[in-house]
Amino acid sequence: MASHTETAALREQFETAGQQKEASTLGMWIFLVTEIMFFGGLFLAYMVYRRLFPEVFSLASNTLNVVIGAVNTAVLLCSSFTMVMAVHASQIGSRRALVVFLILTMLLGGVFLGVKAYEWNEKFEEHHVPGPTFHLEKTAMQGQAQLFFSLYFAMTGLHALHMVIGEGLLLFLLLQAYAGKYTPDYYTPVDIGGLYWHFVDIIWIFLFPLLYLIGRHHH
Amino acid sequence: MHEHIDAVKTYVFVFVALLGLTALTTIVAEIDLGAFNVAVALLIAVIKMLLVALFFMHLRHSPVLTKVVVCGGMLWLGILMVLSMADFISRNWLPVPGK
Repeated sequence: MASHTETAALREQFETAGQQKEASTLGMWIFLVTEIMFFGGLFLAYMVYRRLFPEVFSLASNTLNVVIGAVNTAVLLCSSFTMVMAVHASQIGSRRALVVFLILTMLLGGVFLGVKAYEWNEKFEEHHVPGPTFHLEKTAMQGQAQLFFSLYFAMTGLHALHMVIGEGLLLFLLLQAYAGKYTPDYYTPVDIGGLYWHFVDIIWIFLFPLLYLIGRHHH
Repeated sequence: MHEHIDAVKTYVFVFVALLGLTALTTIVAEIDLGAFNVAVALLIAVIKMLLVALFFMHLRHSPVLTKVVVCGGMLWLGILMVLSMADFISRNWLPVPGK
């Protein structure tokens, strides 16, 4: 019944509100470390196969649109900036700014996902989706080329899934913020949501050069 | 509780730096540096990661315990990457009978 006030109040296992917040933040970081290991496996698979088939990986990488990739990276960095501004707004107790920055972050995240959907659709039209209709031009190594695109879809797909979950978290934060649940004394969910959003940004910071840029100098 | 609140100016600087590094990595990728292309791309990505983690994720104001957890995570990621790649890179260095 008192679930709303209970989240804001100091729970009995903690001495101080600061200790409670530290515990929440630490818990989120531990979760993010498991996420790093989760994505780490895919990054390792990418590194191993890129080392085994460097030429075909460069060729396949060069079919991706660098301009779209770079612009989308900038969009995601903008969303990280608006997210950190949302956390800042909650720290100084500006409900209005918090709501605005959360909406902006959601919009920018939506733009990123929209561009990603456009890129994936392009892959289907170009027959660059692994499967029976797959065909990459200018190479006989079709199997190895499919490895690149399998990793491309697995990594960008998993990243996009995290973005979708992030949008859900932002929506939750937005509704709570709109209802005035967050104050400078209690804004831990905003802080933790921010950590998640920035983590997803960091994953993309590595995906962009590895997927889009790695073969550019052979172009 | 009294938390450290960063100035908005700091966030703007970091944001501009991140955009600049994105442009830099995109441009440098077009120049042929041989094997160094990957090294430069990863170096820039690591700098961007540190900017996001230290400033946007407030890691520089975090308690030591949080920093230890993050460094521990990176250490295990390093073990995964370095040991696995050491295997794949060195596999063909010595002839193995029956391979």
